[in-house]
Order: sequence, then structure tokens, then C-alpha cells
Amino acid sequence: MLTVGLTHFLVISAILFSLGIYGIITRKNAVMVLMGVELILNSANINFVAFARFGAFGLSGQLVALFVIVLAAAEAAIALAIVLNIYKTFSNVNVDEISNLKE
Amino acid sequence: MTESLLINLSVVTLFLPLLGFLVVIFLGKKFPKIYLFELVVLAAALVISCIMAFNKLTYFNGKDIIASLSWFKFNNVAGIGTLDFEIGVKIDNLTVIMLIVVNLISFLVHLFSVEYMHGDKRYTRYFAYLGIFTFSMLGIVITHNLLMMYIFWELVGLSSYLLIGFWFEKKSASDASKKAFIVNRVGDIGMFAGILILFTNYHTFTFDKIFAQISMGNLPFGSTAWLTAAGILIFMGAVGKSAQFPLHVWLPDAMEGPTPVSALIHAATMVAAGVYLVTRIFVMLTADAMFIIAIIGAFTSFIAATIALTQNDIKKVLAYSTVSQLGYMIMSLGVGAYAFAFFHLVTHAFFKACLFLSSGSVIHAMHHEQDIRKMGGLRKKLPITYYTFLISTLAISGVPLTSGFLSKDGILAGTLAFGKLTGYWFIPATGFLVAMMTAFYMFRLVILTFHGEPRDQHKFEHAKESPFVMAFPLVVLAVLSFFIWYTPNPIGADEGWVLSSWIKTPHTVVPQESRFNFMKDEFKAEVTPVSTIVPLQVITENKVNEPVKDAVVTQQAIPVEIHEKAEPVESNVVHSEMYEHTMHWAHYPAMILSVLVGGLGILFAFIIYQWKKISADKLAEKMHALYYFSNNKWFIDELYQNTWIAFTLLISRVLSWFDNTIVDGVVNGAGHTTKFVSKLSGLFDTFVVDGLVNFTAFFSGFVGLNFKRIQTGKVQTYLILVLFAVVILMFVLWSY
Repeated sequence: MLTVGLTHFLVISAILFSLGIYGIITRKNAVMVLMGVELILNSANINFVAFARFGAFGLSGQLVALFVIVLAAAEAAIALAIVLNIYKTFSNVNVDEISNLKE
Repeated sequence: MTESLLINLSVVTLFLPLLGFLVVIFLGKKFPKIYLFELVVLAAALVISCIMAFNKLTYFNGKDIIASLSWFKFNNVAGIGTLDFEIGVKIDNLTVIMLIVVNLISFLVHLFSVEYMHGDKRYTRYFAYLGIFTFSMLGIVITHNLLMMYIFWELVGLSSYLLIGFWFEKKSASDASKKAFIVNRVGDIGMFAGILILFTNYHTFTFDKIFAQISMGNLPFGSTAWLTAAGILIFMGAVGKSAQFPLHVWLPDAMEGPTPVSALIHAATMVAAGVYLVTRIFVMLTADAMFIIAIIGAFTSFIAATIALTQNDIKKVLAYSTVSQLGYMIMSLGVGAYAFAFFHLVTHAFFKACLFLSSGSVIHAMHHEQDIRKMGGLRKKLPITYYTFLISTLAISGVPLTSGFLSKDGILAGTLAFGKLTGYWFIPATGFLVAMMTAFYMFRLVILTFHGEPRDQHKFEHAKESPFVMAFPLVVLAVLSFFIWYTPNPIGADEGWVLSSWIKTPHTVVPQESRFNFMKDEFKAEVTPVSTIVPLQVITENKVNEPVKDAVVTQQAIPVEIHEKAEPVESNVVHSEMYEHTMHWAHYPAMILSVLVGGLGILFAFIIYQWKKISADKLAEKMHALYYFSNNKWFIDELYQNTWIAFTLLISRVLSWFDNTIVDGVVNGAGHTTKFVSKLSGLFDTFVVDGLVNFTAFFSGFVGLNFKRIQTGKVQTYLILVLFAVVILMFVLWSY
């Protein structure tokens, strides 16, 4: 019978990470980009938890994952506030149309 | 009147005409009537100088009133110590008499010019020029040192230049002004050299200090030859200014100026400045210098008189007569008849100014016709002018009862005495010959102009007598040509106040051996040697050794030192008592002879021109060579033209060639080289330096153009770049 090992977790994490990157790069909507970022954070969490389970790290991996979740929540709050401000200024939230940075 | 007041007044008189000049020259354009200010100023100067003369001659007769102050100083000059340049005023009897002469004639000429120059387009400027001339002339008169004398000397030269060339549109006038200026410079170079000889030795320009040094036996470079040289060189200034041979050529040409100017400058005052200069340095002239001066004077008076015989321009005749009379004065100074030279200067100033102004009146009446061949019979039309002209002609011819008789007679007596004592009889012979010629040509002028029948009927019809402002100066000057103003005795000038108390021959300061040695063997036994003369040392030594302490505080802001010479010794000693004695002896022979030759000259003039017993034309034909020679002024101008001037032109042509080819060649070569080098350097700049700069700019532009594409401003592009960078970094790090 197939036993689930560290490799499986890492593959899942890598897939999630890649999906996150893909989302960030391809989505126009800023909210969707934020969701990509959340995916990347969660792939990192999976890595933490996986290494904690199969390594000799005790519970510290899980603890870090918890911190990351809290931080992700905070980050999402701030990012959404920024998105709201962007909407106020430009009347949309499409990142490819907001290119004021080059000026 | 105190001495300090006299000094102050002399300074005021000096600066009044300058004030007039400044006001008229700067305000003349705006207020055409301002020229009247010049007249007022001159009248004031005249009144002041009359007051000064009265007080000086009454209360300070014979006293030298000197005021001097330090102009600038050079301290610690190597080998000398302190060099003190002084300016100052010396008022002696000569000064105050000259002040009156200059101011009076200047005022009368101003008055005359008001009408004569009427309608001229530079009317006010003319009066301004007269003002600056009067200022400079007064400066010469009152100065007490050679430096100031030289400065004012050049200033009169300048004003003479300006006035001769007053009608500078005429080529002849501008040429004449240049000629006068340049010829005068030739003389002034000599004068300057002479002044420098004295300054090098005595470190002062002040007359009295120099004379004091000489009288103490302190000769220039220790030799009498240098003293002679200094005297002759300074005299060269007088040769130029007083139009003596060989520098007399400018004066006849100077007649291109307005006629009143000729009267003021080229007859009465400026040309007399040379004579005045010689009277100032008279005491330091050695016998050799004086002899040369006498010969130059005699020769000048002779050639000028011969030229005057045949001239046809009324002003030219008067001009040559002026040269001749100036030669007389110079000759008189040369033979030692100092007092009579100055006396003749004064009398000549009045009657010659009168002659010139009268001729101006004639020219004015004849509408600027100057040729006497076209005049004649003007006596009826111009009675006042005729009589004033006649009186001054009588004076210049030396007819008794006139002033000219007194002074001329004195000069001739002086030359006679000189001839008797030294054996040089040619000098008195020239004197008498010139006296005859003078009488002849002056009466020729009178007869041709005023007597006989009018030769140009048209001009004669339109001639009319000048108005009051022109006639008044004529009358005043004519009246001053009578004897009564100078002496109560019409045949003895010695007894008059001018010569008995005003003009005294000063004591010579040159060493014994270089004075005139009148002791021809036959006289030696009977005359005590010259050493009986009271030497000047007593007077001058204390003045030099202890700078004057008794400075009088005057009303002026500047402190003026006043010091005085002691009273001159009573007896009128010239170079020796012998000379004085002989001059008395010569008095009556000279008088009789001069009346005789003068009368002869007048008689000839009447025979030839009035009664026409001898035809002038035939006479000229008979003595064709002489006539030709005289009429062409001895070819002196042509001589200069072909020698000095041609030589100068040749040199200047050579120098100009040198300049144009060699000096300019070097300069141009340098220019070409510079141009070439700069072209090279320009190329280097455009291609190398600019190339580098441009390349830098181009390169950065290129790089910028290509790199600006990655700056899209889109977050996602940046993110991709970061991702790539991370991946690359990862690979790089991996390999380590």
C-alpha cells in the first residue's frame, strides 16, 4: 500500500506554489492576484508542517505555520485596503492598466 | 597794499581769463551772448593789473615779490635727497608792466573782435580761445620757475595753433597752424634740453635759486661751456616762439588766422614771450651765448626787413616787420642793452598791435581784400584808421616824439656801444640799415594803402569806416604810441620813469672770466675791473641756505611763502660800467643817425611810391636778382622743403616701408602661425574632444533607449523579472 511520505507533501506544495505564481502573473484583477499570494503562503505552510512531521523539529513547524496564517490574515487586510484605495483613484482594480509607476 | 595781496591779485588775474575760457567754451552753444562774459573778465583782469602795477611801482619799486609753494616732492632720490618741485609767482617790475601790456592788448583785441568776427559760425569759440591764450600768456609772465614757464609756454603754443587754424576749412590755414606748431616744437626741444641741464645740476627749476648757485661759482658740470650751452639752448625756445632765424618761417604763415589774433598773438604778446624769456635768464648768459644771441637777432632783423620790402600782402609786410622788430629786441639783449630791449617790447607791443588792428580794419572795410596793389586812396574813406595807422607807422619808423623812437634809439645806442667796445661794428651797421628799411617799407605800405588813387574802384566804393568798437581800440593804441606815456623828455628815454626807475638791468651772475671782456687794450688802463660790482652772493646765499622762515600768513587757504630780494644796487650796471658809460656816449650819435636813416627811408618811400619819381617796377627790373630773392623770402621755405622736410619725408618713407613690410611681416607671420595652430587645435577639439563627449552621450542614450522598455510600470512585469532573477541567482548559488 502506498504510504504518504514527505515527497508527496512537497510535490503538493510545489504545485500550489506554481499555481500561486501563475495566478499572480496572469490575473488582471488585483483581488485575484492577492488570492495567488495566499496560495503561495499556504504552500509554504504545507512545507513547514510537512518538515515538522517528518523531521525532528517538534512542534515548531506547526507554530510557524500558525504565525504565517496570522500574518497572511493581516497582509490580506492591508492589501485589500490598498485595493480599495486603488479603486477609489482609478475606478478599477486591473493591475495591468495601473502603470503609473513607470513615470 | 601788502605784498601778500599783490600775490593774491596776480593769481586772480591769472585765473580770470581761464574762468572766461571755461564758461564761454561750455556755455557758448547754449547762450550765444555769453562771449560778453569773456570781455567782462578781461576788463576785470585789466583793472586788477593796473592796480597791481600802480602799487608795485609806487610802493615796492625794484623789489622782487616771490611766493612759492611745493607742488610735489620726491623724497630719498638716490644721490640727491629731496627733489622739490615748486610752483610760484614772481612779481617784479617787468611782471607788472607785462601784465598791463598783455591784459590791455588782449582786452582791446577782444573788443575789436566783437565787430570784426561778427557773423562767424564759431563766434563764441573764438572768444574762448582768446581767453585760454590770455591765461597762458599771463602764466608765462608771472611764473617764478622754468618748469611752469615751460608748461605755459606750450599752452601759448597750443592756443596759437588753435587760433591760426581757426578757419581750418581753408587748407592754407590748417597748414599754417601745423607749421607753427611743429616749428615751435623744434625750438622747444632746445629749451627743454637747456632746462634739463640746469635741473640736473641744481635740482631746482626756480630762477633765483639757479642764479644763486651760479653766482656762488657752482657751474653746470663745472664748466662755463655748459653754462653757455644751457643759455643758448633755452634761448632756442625764444628762437622758436619769437620767430628768430632759422625758425622764423612760421610767423608769416600764421597770418592765415583772423587779423585780431595776429595783432594779439603774433605781433604783441606771444612772440614777445621769447624776448621775455631771455630777459628772465639774462643774468646767467655768458658772453659767448650773448654774442650768438646778438648775431641771430641782427641777422633775423636784417633778412626779415629785406623780405618785407617786396611783399604785397598787407599782413605779410606787417608779419615780416614783426620778425624784424623781434630780431631787434633779441639783438639788443645780446649786446647787453637789457632795459631797452624790454622797453622796445612794450612800445612795439602797442604800436604793432595798432598796426595789425588797423590793417584788420582796412581788410574788414575792403571785404577781406589783403593785397595792397588793389588798395589805395583809402585815406578819404577810412580817416580814423588812416591816422592810427600813420601814427603807429611813425612810431615803428622811429620818428621823434613817438615811443618807437625812444626805444629804437636806445637799442641802436646799445649796439653802437657794443661795436665800439668789442670792435664788432657789423651789429650796429645792421641795426641802422634795418632802421632805414623799416621806415621805407612801412611808408610804402601806408602810401600804397591810403594815398594816391584807388586801384580797385568797386571795392573802394563799398569801403566804409569801422564802427566804434573797432575804432576805439585803434585810437587807444595809437595814443599809447606817443612818447609822453614813457618819459617827459621826448629825446631822452633815460630820464623817463620807465627807464630811470622801473626797468633796471640786473647784475649778471656768470663768473668773471665768461663775462663780456670789454677791456680792449686801449681801455684797460682807464677802467677799474668788473669786480667792483657788488656780487649777488650776499643777497642770494642766505636765501638758499636757510629756507625762508618769515612766511607771511595770507588770506589764501594754501600757505604761501613770501620772501624778497634785497633792494638792487642803485647804479645801473650792465656787464661793466664801461658799457654803461659807452652807451651814454653813443646816445646822441645814435639818435642823430637813426633820425637820419629813418628820414632817408621815408624819403625814398615818398619818392618812389607817392611822387613816382622813380618807377618801382623799373627798380625791381634793374635789381632783378635781389628783387626775386627778397620777394621769394630768401627761398628759406624752399630750402627747408628740400632739405629738412624732404629728408624727414624720406626717413619716414623708409620707416614706413620698414613698418609695413618687416614689422608688419613679423606681426602678420605671428598672426598666421597662430591662426594655423588654432585651426589644428580646432580640429582636435571638434573631432577628438567633441567626439568623446558625443560618444558618451550617444552611448548613454542608446543604453537608455534599450533599457527603458523594461520599465513598463506594470507590477506583474516586475514580478516576472524578479522571478527570473531569483531563478538565475539560484542556479548561480547552486553551482557553489
